[in-house]
Amino acid sequence: MKKQLLSMNVNDETIEVAVEASASLLEVLRDELGYIGVKEGCSEGACGACTVLMDGRPVRSCLTLALEAEGSSITTIEGLASGGQLHPIQQAFVDRGAVQCGFCTPGMILSAKALLDHNPNPSDEEIKDALAGNFCRCTGYAKILDAVCSLRPASSSKPGR
Amino acid sequence: MKASDKPYYLRGIPVPETPAPGKELHPWKETHVIGKPLSRADAYQRVSGAAIFPSDTLLPDMLYGAILRCPYPNALVKSVDVSQAERLSGVRAVITGSTPGADLKWTYLQGSSTKLFDPHCRFEGETVAAVAAETPYQAWDAVQTISVQYQVLPYTVDERSAIEPGAPKVHQPGNRVGQPEKYQRGGVEKGFSEADVVLEQDYRTECELHTPLELHGCVAKWDGDQLTIWESTQGVYGVQSKVAQVLALPLSKVRVVGHYIGGGFGSKLQPGKYTVIAALLAKAAARPVKLFLSREETFLSCGNRPPSNMRLKAGVKKDGTLTALQFSVTGTGGAYPAGGVSLVDWLIRDLYTCPNVQTEAIDIFTHTGPARPFRAPGHPQGSWALEQMLDALAEKISMDPVELRLKNIPAFSQARDGNPKYTTTGLRECLETGAKTFGWREALQRVRESGRAGHIKRGVGMAACLWVAGGGGPPSTIIIKLFSDGSANLNMGASDIGTGTKTVMAMVLSEELGLDIDRIQIENADTGTTQYATPSGGSKTVPTEAPAVRAAAVHVKQQLLAMAAEDLKTQAANLIIKDGEIVAASDPSKKIKITDVAGLKKRGVLVGVGYRGPNPKNKVTNPFGAQFCEVLVNTRTGEVEVVRFVAAQDSGRVMNRLTYENQVIGGITMGIGLAMTEFRVLDKNETGKLCNKNWHDYKLPTALDVPSDIVSVPVELEDSEANSTGAKGLGEPVTIPTAAAIANAVYNATGIRVTTTPINPVQLSLLLSEAKIKG
Repeated sequence: MKKQLLSMNVNDETIEVAVEASASLLEVLRDELGYIGVKEGCSEGACGACTVLMDGRPVRSCLTLALEAEGSSITTIEGLASGGQLHPIQQAFVDRGAVQCGFCTPGMILSAKALLDHNPNPSDEEIKDALAGNFCRCTGYAKILDAVCSLRPASSSKPGR
Repeated sequence: MKASDKPYYLRGIPVPETPAPGKELHPWKETHVIGKPLSRADAYQRVSGAAIFPSDTLLPDMLYGAILRCPYPNALVKSVDVSQAERLSGVRAVITGSTPGADLKWTYLQGSSTKLFDPHCRFEGETVAAVAAETPYQAWDAVQTISVQYQVLPYTVDERSAIEPGAPKVHQPGNRVGQPEKYQRGGVEKGFSEADVVLEQDYRTECELHTPLELHGCVAKWDGDQLTIWESTQGVYGVQSKVAQVLALPLSKVRVVGHYIGGGFGSKLQPGKYTVIAALLAKAAARPVKLFLSREETFLSCGNRPPSNMRLKAGVKKDGTLTALQFSVTGTGGAYPAGGVSLVDWLIRDLYTCPNVQTEAIDIFTHTGPARPFRAPGHPQGSWALEQMLDALAEKISMDPVELRLKNIPAFSQARDGNPKYTTTGLRECLETGAKTFGWREALQRVRESGRAGHIKRGVGMAACLWVAGGGGPPSTIIIKLFSDGSANLNMGASDIGTGTKTVMAMVLSEELGLDIDRIQIENADTGTTQYATPSGGSKTVPTEAPAVRAAAVHVKQQLLAMAAEDLKTQAANLIIKDGEIVAASDPSKKIKITDVAGLKKRGVLVGVGYRGPNPKNKVTNPFGAQFCEVLVNTRTGEVEVVRFVAAQDSGRVMNRLTYENQVIGGITMGIGLAMTEFRVLDKNETGKLCNKNWHDYKLPTALDVPSDIVSVPVELEDSEANSTGAKGLGEPVTIPTAAAIANAVYNATGIRVTTTPINPVQLSLLLSEAKIKG
């Protein structure tokens, strides 16, 4: 199949890559570009493990054609921490014990980021709604919700390490 | 490093005493690191995308594998034509049962032999052929061009009809997996005659699928005759031994690397056929092959918690004394012996004092995918029956259900030969503490007073449990290396399946050596670089590995103190370690920094080896627990909202309060899945195929389905006998009583006893409307 040139910005870096028209954004990010933090859980849009941000909105990269990302800005989990310093959402996940096996975590954190960027002070219900598309089989969600709640402006955080 | 730079849990604190070589280790009297809610040692990797899971493995020159699977529940493979697949562009290897070297025996359990590519496919999803190609799409395209002639045979996929005469046979001579397993003590007829109340009820739990987030599979690579496998597994050594056995290789020629794993819950305790197939494809193509299954394939072929059809008859005196329990269960582990009824009766046998108990377990073959152990195998099913029955008995004799359970606390294990005592039995404390924390009596009272008005009904329920294992035991071998700069490497074979194993083990080392966890590097789950370990499962990883880590740390300390004693010209027995220094207890001015110890500087490294010692003789170590919950039932729609949960668990010492809570909340959520949302749907009449083989149709609990109010109350009894850390298993007991507690709460709210999972709006609204008609 003939490849087409895709130009997009991934984690603040301009990237040009030749992709097949049928390739998903997940495949291109993971297999072509090596962003392995984008996880494959089902490839049918159910679990949310492959969530990335496209121009700030969370999308399931398994159901997004790579060519749909033309000209857009993609954020993967690799784009959050910088210089060994975790993003506040990542740090909250660490501190609040919102991580177990960690396989759903990148998608979960990006869904949370999309929510908080758009709505810095969400209600409990808004948080649950925003994360309802991301499955976690380990944690039971409570600590994840706790982590996101802790990032609301009024909230104080637990003493940790 | 200055003392003030240390994390708060290490400041100014001496490490535990160092016993002389050969002396037995007793559980800590006091801890400074253990028990703290420390975040995970590998948390940065897990939140930043830096953790490389097996499914992330990318090797240069790597091919992609795909498996052709039988679409029928029962069929004979008459012929397989791969000629078209072999001609497709990008295809590098195609294998079938007739490929030289691929005609291999495969055993599910001992005595049950089939083939890697068996000409008789006994379940939908059985392997028929496999392909390796340059891209995943080329591999899948090639699979679809393979032409197979099947002789489709009659099937039976429901264990309830598979036992009937004339049902299609899964194996000759019939559909029973051996003789029924029977257990008896006392005489149940006598027990029933002594009872004031006798109740009898049928129960059923539906089949539940593990579906961990990371898919099952591996990457296989040959270097000459040396095979390396990166597999998403709970136990690298289990994969190594099975692959070596099937391929007739020495263990030394098979290296299995696990490192991270995206969940398993029992379904990754063993390798799959996919592991061997990947190795064969890689050999045939002389290139590395990545073979991870599709989500649909994992639904079909990677195990399940089998369905259980149970009948329980129970007798009780007015004063709450249980007089008899008679139980039978019929289940299916699928097309091969896979423990279809394994441990379902254990709680009936052993949770409560009862002199007269009879159980029978009948395992049936069906044309369905073989079961695999699923978090507390058998126990949530048995709990669903027993704990609902206890609730019903309590009502009949007008006794509080907590009180009824307290009346029947066992002093020892009744079901084991010789009636051994438990090292600790926290059941009473779990019931009492849980009830108090929940506000059980007050909550029951509130429900009673809330009256009959309105369509939203509130209810509370509870259930208790034990877990048959959870004491751990040998073997485990741990190596700790203390480097000359005072940092350390912890080397263990066990996997951290998301439970926090690595973190807990680093904390044990930190406790013993006073070492900041950030200065500990952990090497684990790799047969090439670590020591033999049993798979992480059975809630035995902490009680198995932690004592060995402690022994290894003590071994390091003994050597270090002997070296420091030479430097300080004193006896090692006089020395203590505090704040990174070794100090003479009698004369604090006599001290030396760990990093200044001459012997350590000279050697560059101190190596400590620790082994897991034996378990106590004639004793048994089991975790116990009790859970309490509150629900709201919408009697118009049949929707149930779980409002809150309290879990009081006796798992011995809490090693890390944060990972402890993780296990409790995660276990309850999995129990909510069993109780309310998850069930396998088989098209038993038309095709015998699985209908809900994806996460759209098979419903996992989401953030919207679970209460955010889950309180975990550790019942931390001191267990000085179980092992040198006093910790018992946790991951499994926490999911055992959940479903029954919810069912009891729904009964409390509505008066409707839901005896079949799941309690979803479809079933509950039907039961509610029937109840209305009956009045």
